[in-house]
Amino acid sequence: MEKIVLPEIENFHQLDVYIQNGGYEAAKSAFTQTTDQIIDTVKKSGLRGRGGAAFSAGLKWSFMPKNNDKPKYLCVNGDESEPGSFKDRQILERNPHQLIEGTIIACYAIGAKSAYIYVRGEYHKWIKLLQKAVDDAYEKGFIGDKMKETFGTDFSCNIYVHKGAGAYICGEESSLMNSIEGQRGYPRVKPPFPAQNGLWGNPTTINNVETITNIPPIIKKGWEWFSAIGEPKHPGTILFGVSGHVNNPGVFELPSGTLLTDIIYKYADGVIGDKKIKCVIPGGSSMPPLRGDQLEGVKMDAESLKAVGSAIGTGGVMVMDEDTDLVRVLARIAKFYYHESCGQCTPCREGTGWMLKILNRLVRGEGTSKDLDLLITIAKNIEGNTICALGDAAAWPVKFMIERFREEFEAVVKDEVSLEPKNKVHSMRHTANPIAPVQV
Amino acid sequence: MEFKFSEENLQKIEQILKKYPTTQAAVMPVLYLAQEQNGWISKEVMLETASILEMNEEDVFGVVTFYTMYHKKEMGKYHIQVCTNVSCMLRGGYQIYDAVKEKLGLDNGDVSNDKKFSLEEVECMGSCGTAPMIAVNEDYFEKLDKEKALQILDSLN
Repeated sequence: MEKIVLPEIENFHQLDVYIQNGGYEAAKSAFTQTTDQIIDTVKKSGLRGRGGAAFSAGLKWSFMPKNNDKPKYLCVNGDESEPGSFKDRQILERNPHQLIEGTIIACYAIGAKSAYIYVRGEYHKWIKLLQKAVDDAYEKGFIGDKMKETFGTDFSCNIYVHKGAGAYICGEESSLMNSIEGQRGYPRVKPPFPAQNGLWGNPTTINNVETITNIPPIIKKGWEWFSAIGEPKHPGTILFGVSGHVNNPGVFELPSGTLLTDIIYKYADGVIGDKKIKCVIPGGSSMPPLRGDQLEGVKMDAESLKAVGSAIGTGGVMVMDEDTDLVRVLARIAKFYYHESCGQCTPCREGTGWMLKILNRLVRGEGTSKDLDLLITIAKNIEGNTICALGDAAAWPVKFMIERFREEFEAVVKDEVSLEPKNKVHSMRHTANPIAPVQV
Repeated sequence: MEFKFSEENLQKIEQILKKYPTTQAAVMPVLYLAQEQNGWISKEVMLETASILEMNEEDVFGVVTFYTMYHKKEMGKYHIQVCTNVSCMLRGGYQIYDAVKEKLGLDNGDVSNDKKFSLEEVECMGSCGTAPMIAVNEDYFEKLDKEKALQILDSLN
């Protein structure tokens, strides 16, 4: 099976090896085309964003205004902080030049003179590797002023590596821009969207590292080739990062639409000790979890996962065996979102804290069944009521984990009191001195 | 304690400023330089950074307090970070965390009296496929178990 993003070529991260294998030829060919042609190719290829939302990359590029003298910017998102996601790190380590080449082509297509590759601060080692690759590319004239000679074009751009400093929220595109601007990483209200009002108020496009790394092969081999790989509605390969209770965890580049069971049993070599699977989170910790008995026939692409009530997210597959304590897992997930909520929107700031408190109560064995409904109520009051998607990301695991694994949670709570309205009426009747006769 | 950027770092700051159209955008990399030089971000560091980048002092303070990787107090020579997020948790992250806590006699955020160690329970570091992990300062140690993690602590001096 062909690898697009992580080719199995020794020392591919080195510039000379990359060039020997046709590196920077896609950029050369891109400069012979118009920007519209390139955007059209990417659109037709069907490439969808790999950062979570799976939005059409070509369409996103086409939102950039054409007749506008404001400077334009490209941000490449390598913040990668979603628990269960560790794929971009592989690209930074094993294929940084394809990322750089993709960045150059994207800059040309949208008319950006500067690109910022934002990498999470904890990735010290991988930031150094990327910076080395960027420096090498500058030296060879693939980036910067010398591009004009190297590629025989009028276009030139600069690529800068920006190091984050430990904030999950900076993976959210508007928060990422605020972070580059030197502010607290608060998400912005949308609209205006980044294509109108992004970095320093200028038109900006934000793409994930993996998305951008897919660009050079698409330009080189054509959209027909790319769109024929995997599922037609979400074509190409996806980097699946498998973690948890499997024998062989790691990142596997596979065509979209690969069966989830194949990923777990064939590539990740099955569950440790041949245990049964209780739960799989298919796309990083914010995505709705699937039950072990729901996995058969599930394909890993955006549309197929949506159909079974989950989402592709960042392709981080977290596998939990039959002995996993899901109450503790959910409490840990809640702790993460409580810690990472930026505090801007009340539902998320307060709601994540309350969900964590209640889940910790459940872990201590002090929860009641009222708490389960209360958790779902809080989750539903966060979802959709915040500026950015962190609210949803915090709400979904709680909502879906309790809905889909209710028996696990019922087992640790004390009584069976239900909060259904009819019970409220029922309890009124049993009040010794009701204020008024209850009408049924 | 007074803080001034070293000559070398002032030159680096010149280079950093070329990457951005505003001076404020340089605040994150400049704070990293300051932290490298001073060990942590003191009030004096923030004031000096604000003055160099012509920023409001409260804006620098806002950035320092928003991001977890800027140390707001003096940390140990070895800053031990243990991930306990789900992928690590499923493979024994908490056993490692508890063992490290016990061995160092530190709780989350504590610094040892001799300033040799500090401990932090961190969120996902992107080592899910090589879990569980700890990080010592900038270096990752992956595919650990309790014994290996304690051996790493023993090897630090």
